[in-house]
Amino acid sequence: MTNERGRFGAYGGQYIPETLMNAVIELEAAYLQLKDDPAFNRELTALLNDYAGRPSRLYYAEKMTRELGGAKLYLKREDLNHTGAHKINNVLGQALLAKKMGKTRLIAETGAGQHGVATATAAALMGMECVVFMGEEDTIRQALNVYKMRLLGAEVRPVKTGTATLKDAVSEVMREWSSRIADTHYCLGSVMGPHPFPTIVRDFQAVISREIKAQILEREGRLPDAVLASVGGGSNAIGSFYHFIDDPGVRLIGCEAAGRGGDTFETAATMHTGKVGIFHGMKSYFCQDQYGQIAPVYSISAGLDYPGIGPEHAYLHDIGRAEYVPVTDEEAVNAFEYLSRTEGIIPAIESAHAVAHAMKMAPAMDKDQILVITISGRGDKDCAAIARYRGEDLHE
Amino acid sequence: MSKIQAAFAKGKAFIPFITCGDPDLETTAAVVRAAVENGADLVELGIPFSDPTAEGPVIQAANLRALTGGVTTDKIFGLVRDLRRDVKVPMVFMTYANVVFSYGAERFISTCREIDIDGLILPDLPFEEKEEFLPLCRQYGVDLISLVAPTSENRIARIAEEAEGFLYLVSSLGVTGTRSEIKTDLASIVEVVRQHTAIPCAIGFGISIPEQAKKMAGLSDGAIVGSAIIKLIAQYGRDAAEPVGAYVRRMKQAVSLVE
Repeated sequence: MTNERGRFGAYGGQYIPETLMNAVIELEAAYLQLKDDPAFNRELTALLNDYAGRPSRLYYAEKMTRELGGAKLYLKREDLNHTGAHKINNVLGQALLAKKMGKTRLIAETGAGQHGVATATAAALMGMECVVFMGEEDTIRQALNVYKMRLLGAEVRPVKTGTATLKDAVSEVMREWSSRIADTHYCLGSVMGPHPFPTIVRDFQAVISREIKAQILEREGRLPDAVLASVGGGSNAIGSFYHFIDDPGVRLIGCEAAGRGGDTFETAATMHTGKVGIFHGMKSYFCQDQYGQIAPVYSISAGLDYPGIGPEHAYLHDIGRAEYVPVTDEEAVNAFEYLSRTEGIIPAIESAHAVAHAMKMAPAMDKDQILVITISGRGDKDCAAIARYRGEDLHE
Repeated sequence: MSKIQAAFAKGKAFIPFITCGDPDLETTAAVVRAAVENGADLVELGIPFSDPTAEGPVIQAANLRALTGGVTTDKIFGLVRDLRRDVKVPMVFMTYANVVFSYGAERFISTCREIDIDGLILPDLPFEEKEEFLPLCRQYGVDLISLVAPTSENRIARIAEEAEGFLYLVSSLGVTGTRSEIKTDLASIVEVVRQHTAIPCAIGFGISIPEQAKKMAGLSDGAIVGSAIIKLIAQYGRDAAEPVGAYVRRMKQAVSLVE
């Protein structure tokens, strides 16, 4: 999908300070050398299978299907992976790559804390040093994950600048990386940032759609009518879409966090409220004001609380191959509760955005149609926040 | 020779950086005039950005103060029009790619020409991406300033060969901010630069005291100072023109002492 210099159509690129240019060039060279290397892939597959628990299950949500009375609903259970989310797929790949490059230290941003926990986990496993940058606001929203990262041996640095959320954590990791490059790999958590990150992260997450395709063909003998995934930066979504991009019969639907509503100022729905810009190393869509100042965004989900979206999504949006729909906090919380009580699966609030949209779509579809929803992570981390959203005085 | 290159022709240059609108545009105007009266050879005007990824805490805070104060790109164009009534030295904008892109690159760059801005420094626009704005900069006669960093190594020659205006040599790894010591082997970087371009080369990042400015100017054609000036503005607020003027005088004297 990429052309020269990592562009997806007009999007992507390498809009970063000169100080970091040789680092991303070195990373691309190492990745190109290793990505088709049989030994590297054997090692990575062993880690994904034996350590992270892949392949993840494709579960037929029979009760939910019956209740909604339309399309058959399948859940891709990335929440069952070790560390409880899809993030580990990418992190194991990047940590292994970094190790082969001779790096001894991983730095990462995190929003909900899932990518931070995954990175701290891989660092512990591979004997690497790890520093995770997390917006101070998020360290409060996701205190349990902060504890987990420290337990795993990582240092967590709260970021107090700007809005003290995910975008500020990304900015701070970029600053940190430019001050210490030789021994440090930036383990970026989503399909964003400068080339080659959007491609590397996509390739490591593409295991999701590779498995979905094989699993659904085995179960149903046909491809699904649509694949739905939540989208912030967009890594679980691109992972879920990738192997279906060339199957035009499969609708690809990214569910954005609309916060209190796409027409309010408290939203993170980039495709719906943003415009094309250049930020965090890439050209893509961003929430911003008329002078290009990046807008503060809001979502109940710390993992989707980001003012941009990966460049490949921008491209898939423009060519009409993927659709992006806004889902509000209220809809996501309803879906979080619904899936918990209907199927006994507590999804991450991020994933609940995709469940919410499926709940809107499914009843209007035929019984022989199929929807696959990626449950990108488990919802334990969100229980306290959702309880508070519903007015219960619950603190971790 | 461009106006920027001419500014280096009279000896070692001293280049102050000032964030526009910190704490307000009246103060910026007074500070720029004080800097120029006290010997600044070229002025870098920062257009604040919400998320300045190449800046350390001092300039980040200045960006935030300026944006909180309500400054916008259009108001900064107005400031430059006012300054140009009496300020004759070259002035360049330092900002981030999205500020130019979102304004409309042609609208932004043609306005630079109209208000007599001589160059553009965009720290998140490396060599590989300069085609984004270079054709328009050429069309309107605005120098797109290139940066070289301590990690540039095999890239220095290529960057230098195509550099315009002056070459901005980043002294250290990391972000902007004052440093007690600059450890990079800048002399050997400058040597490579000299082999590939005749345009001047100035060093920035980490310089705050006259001794450092003298040393850096000795290695190159000039010294760029941002955070140390921003600290004075943060300290003195609306009364910053006088202390900044005195500071620039000391720093300019230091670079003038270079043989």
